[in-house]
Formats: sequence, C-alpha cells, structure tokens
Amino acid sequence: MSANPLLMGHPLASTENARHALLYMCRIRKFEEAVEDLFGRGMMHGTMHLSIGQEASPTGMCMALTIQDQITSTHRGHGHCIAKGADLTRMIAELLGKEIGYCGGRGGSMHIADVDTGNLGANGVVGGGIPIAAGAALASKMMKKGTVAVSFFGDGAMNEGAFHEAANLAAIWNLPMILFCENNKYGMSSSTEKAFAIDNLADRGKGYGIPGINVNGNDVVEVYEAAQIAVDRAKKGDGPTLIIAETYRWKGHSRSDKNLYRTKEEIEEWRLLDPIPKFIARAIKEKKLTQEQCDAIQQEATDAIVAAVNEAVKAKAADPAGLLDAVFKKVSA
Amino acid sequence: MSDRMLTMAEAVREAMSIAFDERPEVFLLGEDVGIYGGAFGVSGDMYHRYGSERVLDTPIAELGIVGAAVGAALSGMRPIVEIQFSDFTAQAMDQIANQAAKIHFMLGGALHVPMVLRTPQGSGTGAAAQHSQNLEPWFASVPGLKVVVPSNPADAKGLLLASIDDPNPVIFLEHKLLYKIPGRDPVPEGSERIPLGVAKVVREGKDLTIVATGIMVNKSYEVCEKLAAEGISVTLIDPRTISPLDMQPVYESVEKTGRLMVVQEGPAHAGFINEVIAQMAGSSSFGSLIAPIKRLAGMNIPIPYAPQLEKAAVPQIEDIEAAAREIVKNWR
Ligand SMILES: Cc1ncc(C[n+]2csc(CCOP(=O)(O)OP(=O)(O)O)c2C)c(N)n1
Ligand SMILES: [Mg+2]
Repeated sequence: MSANPLLMGHPLASTENARHALLYMCRIRKFEEAVEDLFGRGMMHGTMHLSIGQEASPTGMCMALTIQDQITSTHRGHGHCIAKGADLTRMIAELLGKEIGYCGGRGGSMHIADVDTGNLGANGVVGGGIPIAAGAALASKMMKKGTVAVSFFGDGAMNEGAFHEAANLAAIWNLPMILFCENNKYGMSSSTEKAFAIDNLADRGKGYGIPGINVNGNDVVEVYEAAQIAVDRAKKGDGPTLIIAETYRWKGHSRSDKNLYRTKEEIEEWRLLDPIPKFIARAIKEKKLTQEQCDAIQQEATDAIVAAVNEAVKAKAADPAGLLDAVFKKVSA
Repeated sequence: MSDRMLTMAEAVREAMSIAFDERPEVFLLGEDVGIYGGAFGVSGDMYHRYGSERVLDTPIAELGIVGAAVGAALSGMRPIVEIQFSDFTAQAMDQIANQAAKIHFMLGGALHVPMVLRTPQGSGTGAAAQHSQNLEPWFASVPGLKVVVPSNPADAKGLLLASIDDPNPVIFLEHKLLYKIPGRDPVPEGSERIPLGVAKVVREGKDLTIVATGIMVNKSYEVCEKLAAEGISVTLIDPRTISPLDMQPVYESVEKTGRLMVVQEGPAHAGFINEVIAQMAGSSSFGSLIAPIKRLAGMNIPIPYAPQLEKAAVPQIEDIEAAAREIVKNWR
C-alpha cells in the first residue's frame, strides 16, 4: 500500500474525494476493530486507546493537508496516522512488536511516527506534541517551506501547561500551525464539565489572540471545511487557528476502563451520530457515490486491514540484539 | 499478627484511609483518583467513602496539581498527590525539585512541606518508553526530598503512614507490577508506622549479600530460595527508603559474606544503586570484600515496547540467578 499523496480537497468535490473520505474513515474504524480483536486474542501487548467514533476528525483535517504538511499526534493516534497516509501493515506490525513495524517494535501503539507522510509521531504524554508542532511550524516559517504543522490533541490536553505555552508561542510568532482539539468530552474519567469552567473550549483561542472555531467533529465535510480555512490562513502567513472538533469515543479510555463516569445511554446516543453512515448518506444524496460503491469501499477497507494483519503476523519479531545501538543516532564522521 | 494477605494497591489504600481517619487535613488529589478509582485502582472506593472534597479529581495538569499540593501543605493541609505515572512527574518537576524540596532549607526553616507524592513506576506492562521508567535517581539526587521505594504490601502500608506523618516532602514510588499481587507477608491491622530510613534484612545468609530495590527485591528473593536449596545462602537487604539510606545492615552483612551484589530495575548509568556501591567503597567494611562488587541493572536504553525487547531491557530472575551463582563460585 503506497502512501496517498493527500491534498485531496473537499470530500464532496468529486467521486474520488468522496471515495477517499469514506475509505479512510473505514480504514480507521476497521483498524481499531482489528486492534481490539488482537488484544482480545492476547496477541498484542501493552494497552490500546481506540478512536472508534472519532474517524471524521483526522480524515477531514488531513484532506486539507499535503504529504509534506506535518502533524503531531496523541496516545489515541491510530486515526491520525492512517488519515495522513501511513502504511497499515507497518502499523499493525508495530503493535505486534515486529521488526518491520514503524518503530522496529520499540515504540508500540503510542509512538508510531511516519516521516514519509509528515507524521512526527504519536505521544504517550498528554500535551507533549503541541509544543513540538509549534516547533515544526517555526522551522517551516524559518526555512520558508510553505507547510503547516497540525497538532492533534484531546480536550484533556488543553489543561496542560504545554497547550498554553505552545498556543502563545504560535500566536506571537504567527506560526503556520493548527491546534486541532478532538473534544470527545472526556479526558479519561474527567468530563469537560468538571475539567473546565468555560462551556466552549474554542473561547480559549481568544486569550491567545488565535481564532477559535467549533466544528462537528463527526462530520467529515464540516471538519474539512474548517480545516481548509485554517490551512489557508496559516499558509498565507496569518498565523495559527484553534479548531475544536466535537466528537465522542465509543470505547473505554484504554483496555482497563469500566466506564463508571458516563452512562450507557450517553454512549448509545453518540453511537447514533456515527460519522460513517452520516457521510454515506450525504455522498449518496449529493450523487458522489452510489450505495453499491459505498458498500464496495467499506469492503475494500476491511480487506486492506485483513491483509495488513495477515502480513504483519507473519513478519519477523523484533530482535533485542540491536537495542543498545538504537539509543543515539550515529555521529557522522 | 494477622494473616491478611493484601495486594500493594489494597495496602496503600488502607494506609491512606487510616490517615484520612486520623487527620482531617489529609486529602488525596490526582487525575482520575475519584470515581474511576485511580488508573491502577489504588484509591478504589475512597471517593465513595470520603467524598469529592477529600478525594479530589483534577484536570490533566501535573505542574498545577503538585504546586497546589505544595501550597496546601504550606498552609496547614497534608496532601497526598497521585501522579498517574511517575514519568509525568517530569511535568511537575519545578514544584517537586525547585519548590517543595528547597522551601524548608531556603526559607531558613520558616515553612515546611508535609506532602506525599505517590506514583507508579517501572516496566513490564508494555506501555513503552514514556510510561515505564524508574525515576528514583531523579529524586534521590535532590536534597530535601525523602524517597521511598516499597517492595511489598506490608512495608508499603507502614512506610506510607510514616510518609504522611513526615513534615517533609516524600516521593513514594510504587512499582506497578506489584499492585495486583499479594505480598509474601501478611499486612498487619492497625496503624503501625515503619520509620523512614531503616533498611530491612529480608533474609540472612553467609555467602552473598544482595541489596535490591522495589520489584527487584521480589525477584532476588526467588533467587535466594532457589540457591538456598543448593546450599548457597544469601542475605537480601531491601533499603526501603533510598533517601535517607540506611547502609549499616549492608556493612554488617558484607563483613560476614564478603560478597556484594546490587540490583535495580532502572538503567545502570548514574542509577541509585551506585550510591550503595560508593558508600560501600568508602566504608571500613570494604576490606571484607573478597569479590568485586557485582552490579545488575537495566540497560542504558529507554524501555522498549515489544515484550521480548522489554524483557531484555531489565534484569530478569534468570539474570540475577546467574550473576549470584557466578560471584559465589568464582570468588572463594
Ligand atoms: C502528562 C500526562 N498526564 C497523564 C497521562 C495519562 N493519560 C493518558 S491519556 C489521558 C486522558 C487524555 O485525555 P484527552 O487529552 O482528552 O484525550 P483522549 O484520551 O480523550 O483522546 C490521561 C490522563 C499522560 N499520558 N500524560
Ligand atoms: Mg478527551
């Protein structure tokens, strides 16, 4: 599977674009389901943070990006990685601790990076990627690359100092950066109602002199449209944008979550707002895709994940022999 | 003596509950310590028993959380902070190392910081490099912090009660693999304290002295049992608190055994266990050694993800056994 060049444009601009939007959302969904399954079968180590229900946000954002534009991601990062065009086999292989995995088995789910698609990496530290994206944007500006840097983070991360410091730097230096918050209502068990004294997280932008925009994070079209405006702004040199995408994670925070902090009804309500059928209905209505095409695309995503899992399972396990040499990049002579 | 076998999570919860009952100024704050019961289930039902004013759920903001604890501690409260993973003490390091640790000294004794920061550390869960570190040398290198590394539920209970009593900042490092397993010894009822700065001689032997910290005490214990069956007897010493450090039992033991091995999970380079070696080297007991001191520690690498890599990165029971055998066989 070769990396998609991205810069797709509007999800409803053409049949090809609609196909991309649906395919990538389905890839994310099927990937996460496969991860859950591998875990359930004891084939995967560690923990997992699934983004099922949130697929429209990274897909819509990344359709406004080129392959050179950079992202930083989070512990819940599989979706960002896939939306930016990563290779599914190497992703699964990483989760299975294989040599061909993105990190050679050294990083696992929370640390996948894919330099070829501009993904500077997921992060185990909440908020850790936000200042890094500001730095990437600073480099872009200093080196006149013309690229933007997008930091994906959760609502919970907005209460870390890292968010505040990075937002201010991006603002005062007018950086080509997008602060993309996936507001899924909870940071682990902390609801946004408990963790914030403001109702609208986008208001935080004002405090830094950054436009703050709310979008329906379960609507890939709406996400794309806001993302495109933010990208245009950044590339024109007008500075950063804070996007708050309202979404929801269907699954527990990680594998050990008993969901004691929310109700079954709430989860059910949000399941009805599934971004995938929402987009299918829209694409069919706007005559970009037919039902048959949509079915085929979903099948294609499933097949791609199955193939990736099969290939990754067969790959060679990472070898401890090279560990000591892996810490530092060799100093060139 | 009771025969209650608790896990470390249960023992820590029991100690916190006793302290809550004894002193109204004790409270717990941290991420997800409330209704979730803590990321590792340590606070458990305390939120339901003590309410949201004493079991304070916080936003994800480690610097703020620890700073708030420092301020509350300066002002009459006795906070217990839970940082979800020790790795994220990095976010709070200013408040820990520059503020809490120095206030009493720097301010001429005018104020003090009766605060306990509890946090899980260590590898073995597949959580990779940013969730698996053993950071005791960070804290042990800061004068003004007391550092506790319990290896079993009974010690954890007594040491935590003493830590909460202590008028100084105490960093209490719990190995996350110990949370769910019962200890070898029962956990006493009641509220007896185990004083900070007193090492524990876990078992006594005449051929080798092993000093191990945290989970390595448990791994070393298994090795001791195995070697005992073959006629090799080992003294195992658990310092329990690494600041302050009680070396006396180590000196006394080495005078009998003549051989010393030190074991820790964290990386060897500049690790805490080197302090034991340094103090040994400068002591009058040094002359009793008939073998070079053996150091067994983690590799000097971040903790990797894949299980086969993660295992290779830290000492395993087999490694401790092989090293112990070697030092006893080769130096007579
Ligand atoms: C600095 C730091 N503190 C705490 C954690 C533990 N932790 C991991 S994810 C998480 C919740 C994050 O919430 P949010 O940013 O909203 O992202 P979401 O999980 O909802 O995608 C917490 C508390 C961490 N990884 N890093
Ligand atoms: Mg969230």
